[in-house]
Amino acid sequence: MTTSAAPAPVAARPSPRRSRPRRSWTGWAFIGPFMAVFALVFLAPIAYSVYLSLFQDRLIGGNTFVGLDNYVRALTDAQFWSGLGRVSLFLVVQVPVMLFLALLAALAVDSGRLYGRDFFRISIFLPYAVPAVVASLMWGFMYGTRFGLVGNVNDALGVSLPDPLSPDLVLASIGNIVTWEFVGYNMLIFYSALRVVPISLYEAAEIDGAGQLRTITAIKLPAIRGAMVIATIFSIIGSFQLFNEPSILQKLAPNAITSDFTPNLFTYSLAFAGQQHNYAATVAIVMGLITMVVAYTVQLRGMRKGA
Amino acid sequence: MSTSAPASTPSSRPGATSTRTAGARVRAPRRAGRRAGSGTAPRRSVVLTLLTGLVLVYSLLPLIWLAINATKTQADLFGSFGLWFSGDFALFTNIADTLTYDGGIFGRWLLNTVLYVVLGAGGATLLAVLGGYALAKFDFPGKRAVFAVVIGAVAVPGTALAVPTFLMFSEVGLTNTPWSVIIPSLISPFGLYLMWVFAVDAIPDELLEAARIDGSGELRTFVRIALPLLGPGTVTVALFTMVATWNNYFLPLIMLKNPDWYPLTLGLDAWNDQASTAGGEAVFDLVITGSLLSIVPLIIAFLLLQRFWQSGLAAGSVKG
Repeated sequence: MTTSAAPAPVAARPSPRRSRPRRSWTGWAFIGPFMAVFALVFLAPIAYSVYLSLFQDRLIGGNTFVGLDNYVRALTDAQFWSGLGRVSLFLVVQVPVMLFLALLAALAVDSGRLYGRDFFRISIFLPYAVPAVVASLMWGFMYGTRFGLVGNVNDALGVSLPDPLSPDLVLASIGNIVTWEFVGYNMLIFYSALRVVPISLYEAAEIDGAGQLRTITAIKLPAIRGAMVIATIFSIIGSFQLFNEPSILQKLAPNAITSDFTPNLFTYSLAFAGQQHNYAATVAIVMGLITMVVAYTVQLRGMRKGA
Repeated sequence: MSTSAPASTPSSRPGATSTRTAGARVRAPRRAGRRAGSGTAPRRSVVLTLLTGLVLVYSLLPLIWLAINATKTQADLFGSFGLWFSGDFALFTNIADTLTYDGGIFGRWLLNTVLYVVLGAGGATLLAVLGGYALAKFDFPGKRAVFAVVIGAVAVPGTALAVPTFLMFSEVGLTNTPWSVIIPSLISPFGLYLMWVFAVDAIPDELLEAARIDGSGELRTFVRIALPLLGPGTVTVALFTMVATWNNYFLPLIMLKNPDWYPLTLGLDAWNDQASTAGGEAVFDLVITGSLLSIVPLIIAFLLLQRFWQSGLAAGSVKG
């Protein structure tokens, strides 16, 4: 689990010194509604998908318990692995690029050396408010050679740029859309973390004669390590879950984006085009487990270095 | 249910932060403009402004492209340079066409989206406020278990839930109804976390005790005393659940078959699809104008409520 390690100490922290009502069931009147719906839309589906993953619908014998057969099938499924490979590649390229850009923007905005700082902060964040559907359509059109910018440039300069929606480039094009959507969001997370650095630290650095660069490496970067770990974990989860952008671009680039392009597209097409519910649930669980293991590893490593 | 791409719903916010400072930060959005990197105000830099300007251009360019092309007729779309106006200024015709095409279905989609946002995001906010208050101000049996389960489940990829949720809902006949979109939207673990962090500091225990000594019932205490103090946190949670619901694509995609119940996102996708369907009419001008119309409300909400979401993100982000 990516997150289970952290909360425990936090949960314990606020209590001891505060006088609060004796342990009673009253709190349940307030948390109860949340937990009831939570059980319905989180716990029940998880339990149900574990159940589904252990069965198979067979022509003869109907719904049969098959143990771990579905899992064996998933782990030996070339389609699953090709999707996983693609999102892994996406992860190791797109996430660092996006986070690096976000970090640079956050440091620039925080430095106080920009003209129109607030305008920068808000404008760069704005794409976060744009639905993934609109972002993908917009970029998809711009990528297009018919009335997109790529087509415009080709016409104007008489060159022929490579088609961003071709099979070779489409993953990079999707990476660009996702980067566009979330640079500002991550920038704001970093920026928020930078803002709570005590001013005295900067003053001390100044007295010690530390330059801009030294201040950044010695004070600012360590100060936002926690925020970077969080942003990385979110981005990992997001990459492994990649679905919206390729699903929408599929209509503009049907040859480049196959139905097993990402594990989630694969799950989706298994469940809704192929009616293979049991296998779809299995693939989703395997993907969920992989995501949690990777995210948890990142958290452990990130936090250990920070400690 | 967080089903969209990276961090679009900041659903899990691991609590490595000190609750005390986070709460304080939520309440102090004023500090936003105060500090700028170092003690003395540094000199502004043209070079740095220009370099950061590249990121700014990258962020705004597609939105500008969208706004410009919403003013073109479909013929001009294909025949003119994308980043400048051309031909007739057809924005208002396009808006009218968008709103009336196919018997005015766009308006229906807009109303559906509003319905999902009001009930889904509104309900999610309400549940999060109640639950956050309980976690912050009450000690009850099973509190630790509640916490572990909620935080743990947050890391489960939303799409892993989608297929089984769909199957469960279809067995009880909920699919293809608004409820199939609204019910899963009611849970925002990030919202619960944020409200909990916020409520710890926003509501003094002494105030609650005084109310209890005066004989005020728990519900009355909550409504009259706690709720007003939780205002800023509530707005933040409402805004972020609203974005998540307004932008939701995957959940309605699997739950809804009938276009009459589509939200805007699915509707625009369907219009875009039309061009690649045999015999379908290409309506790219409407897709572009509709896209513009569908992002305007959110952008306005973000601009108007800046101080709330910025402090909200500050509360959620982590000091390390």
